[in-house]
Amino acid sequence: MGYMAEISTSPALFAPGEARRPAWRERFARKAWEVAETIATPLAPADYLDMFNPLRPGADLRGRVVKVTPETADAATIEIKPGADWQGHTPGQYVRVGVDVNGVRHWRAYSLTHGPRKDGLISITVKAVPDGKVSSHLVRRLRPGKIVHLEQAAGDFVLPSDLRGHKFLMVTAGSGVTPVIGMLRNLFPVTDEGVVEHQRLDVTVVHLAPSRPDSIFIRNLESLHEAGAIRLVTRYTGSEGRLDIDALTELVPDLKERTAYACGPAGLLDSLQAWYDAEGLPLQTEQFRLATVVTGEGGTLAFTGKTVDAPGDKPILDAAEEAGVLMPSGCRMGICFGCVLPMKEGAVRDLRSGELTVARPGETGPEGVPIQTCISAAAGECVIDHPAS
Amino acid sequence: MTIAPDAPAYTGPIAHLTRDDIEQLGRELDAIRQEVIDTRGERDAAYIRKVIKVQRSLELGSRAVLLASIFPPAFVVGTVGLSIAKILDNMEIGHNIMHGQWDWMRDPKIHSTVWEWDNASTAEGWKHSHNELHHTYTNIVGKDNDLGWGIMRVDEEQRWTPSSLFQPAMNFINMCIFEYGIAMYDLELGRVIRQKKKGRRPSAEWEMAAKRTLAKVRRQAFKDYVAHPALSMVTLSGPTTLVANLIANFTRNVWTHSVIMCGHFPEGVETFELKDIPENESRGEWYVRQMLGSANISGSKFLHVMTGNLSHQIEHHIFPDLPSNRYAEIAPKVRALFDKYGLNYHTAPMPQQVASAWHKVVRLSFPNGFLESTNVRNAPSQFVKLVKAVRGDTRTRRRLLKEFEAAGAASVGKAI
Repeated sequence: MGYMAEISTSPALFAPGEARRPAWRERFARKAWEVAETIATPLAPADYLDMFNPLRPGADLRGRVVKVTPETADAATIEIKPGADWQGHTPGQYVRVGVDVNGVRHWRAYSLTHGPRKDGLISITVKAVPDGKVSSHLVRRLRPGKIVHLEQAAGDFVLPSDLRGHKFLMVTAGSGVTPVIGMLRNLFPVTDEGVVEHQRLDVTVVHLAPSRPDSIFIRNLESLHEAGAIRLVTRYTGSEGRLDIDALTELVPDLKERTAYACGPAGLLDSLQAWYDAEGLPLQTEQFRLATVVTGEGGTLAFTGKTVDAPGDKPILDAAEEAGVLMPSGCRMGICFGCVLPMKEGAVRDLRSGELTVARPGETGPEGVPIQTCISAAAGECVIDHPAS
Repeated sequence: MTIAPDAPAYTGPIAHLTRDDIEQLGRELDAIRQEVIDTRGERDAAYIRKVIKVQRSLELGSRAVLLASIFPPAFVVGTVGLSIAKILDNMEIGHNIMHGQWDWMRDPKIHSTVWEWDNASTAEGWKHSHNELHHTYTNIVGKDNDLGWGIMRVDEEQRWTPSSLFQPAMNFINMCIFEYGIAMYDLELGRVIRQKKKGRRPSAEWEMAAKRTLAKVRRQAFKDYVAHPALSMVTLSGPTTLVANLIANFTRNVWTHSVIMCGHFPEGVETFELKDIPENESRGEWYVRQMLGSANISGSKFLHVMTGNLSHQIEHHIFPDLPSNRYAEIAPKVRALFDKYGLNYHTAPMPQQVASAWHKVVRLSFPNGFLESTNVRNAPSQFVKLVKAVRGDTRTRRRLLKEFEAAGAASVGKAI
């Protein structure tokens, strides 16, 4: 267990006169832990401690569901008390959540929909997507009290640290509103008296959704608009049709002066990115589901101790899991790098771009080529350095 | 027995089955397996988590009680609790998790690749000898080391030697120290020692495995016989805690040894000759070998949990990677298939199976036919012959063994 490093305390933190005691105390803590390990073997002390407090310092990061609030017919906000080692987050970041659905552990990434809160809770808002095992479970079946698994917040879809001199544009589509609402709530805290505008900022939010009732957080956006904190432009594609770039420049005349953020499905992000690239302007994007799939022939995956057939249109991660291999996994859309494994030999195709990654023994280093298994499909006989059992 | 229904002189328990029957049987078993896999879910996950929680609570509670084991009631409660905790750890939890029965949950804490058990044998060594060798080569003489664990004669076809006479005693000792027996067996210590005598050095790989096993043995022994008794010294309960740990390990050893003997050793369980196993043994043929090479224990729910559901040894051997809580559920369906195909579903209460297994160990410690042809009247002359067989040269021994076998067959014939 890598616990020792965590409980050691830096001597610099103590006053000079006290320097002796902490060293003694540290040594004692270390010895005590060693004794705990000795009496707990073959289990680890953590296995017993987790029975009493799964959220304690030093435990694997977990969280306890505190509240599940419906947002729309198929979306809910989940408030979670994170474990003691939660390091906090910046609005706009996501957290990877591991939850057991029908007995099987699944990991997904969700945007945090709040800034850091006084009560220390974190919240995510989940939309149940059709055939979405995990999202449906979170929205409809998760109950307060349930323990979920967490990782530290991650992601660089965040506002600049210095907001001065910026005008912002945020394009959100569907549940792509979630990281943006996290940013906005942090910028404009709401109290019983209404929106407290503590920063004078120029923020335009262009929100796209099939209809108003389908829009998560639409009331929050509208009240921010009414309070003058933001300018909200909505586009309900069910009745008003799709939004193209021309229409966007019409809706937001000073588009080019704004620091732009976009979050939504791949199609929208791709066309926005193309326009911004053509204009030579930066665009910060966050994508929510793996969209484009470029398939090929497929092949096999040789793990240490087992070889698995892998079709060309299926992520290596899925193919291996279905064959019973315990795989590291994360967002399952190629952003978090939680699933990376070294490939010693073979070729894989990036399902988003079709790009090939090849490892040749002798040419590639002995440690292999790291591949993201969640967005890569086998393109030949691959040797992956990972135990199958 | 022979799996070769085409052979003319064949009279084994599957003589009445055609090749098509066997393949059809295989398909029907596959269907049972698929049904379980399709319905595996939350209920099963909740089961194993509950068993683990109960085991940990029991172990923690018993260890806490033993801190005051100088008081007799605490000693008794703590020892019983610790024994049960160790048995649960080895059987329903460790054995089954290391089989990969719970890998589908994708819980990195309950997975065959990471699990370690409260036993002298390392998880890694055990998984190799048990999952890869024993479950693949079940009851094939000379290939499955579990068959007599390489130290006993458990089949008529294995050659009798004078040292076979010691096997009841060997089995008894092995029972008492079973966790170390398993560790030695996983390391194939016997083979390595034989090779060493011939001057061959063990492989570097083996030396690593031996080193890991020794480290584990040391850790386990230190925990049970030094660390916990030392903690108990606070209440002067050190010696009693040491004794409690000894008893708990002994109880676990005797229990697991008995359960495992029941799985394959009782009289009437089939064994197989390597030469009779077809080169490309089909799924159906493999199933039949598992079906006839295993025996169940009938009993209560508590018994099933305490045996790690190896009381459903038949179901376990047919489907080694299905969650153990499902064996009892599919047992009626499996049994119906035995009936349908006219096969013997070997099941009996535990005392009966244990006695039967010991009977076989004792019976086969003597030459074939010896016990069958011995009665009160001829006992002295039989004994003299046996001594001659032990002392005599190879030719004398061979002749006497033949005589015993013929006499045995004759007396069995008379009895019928």
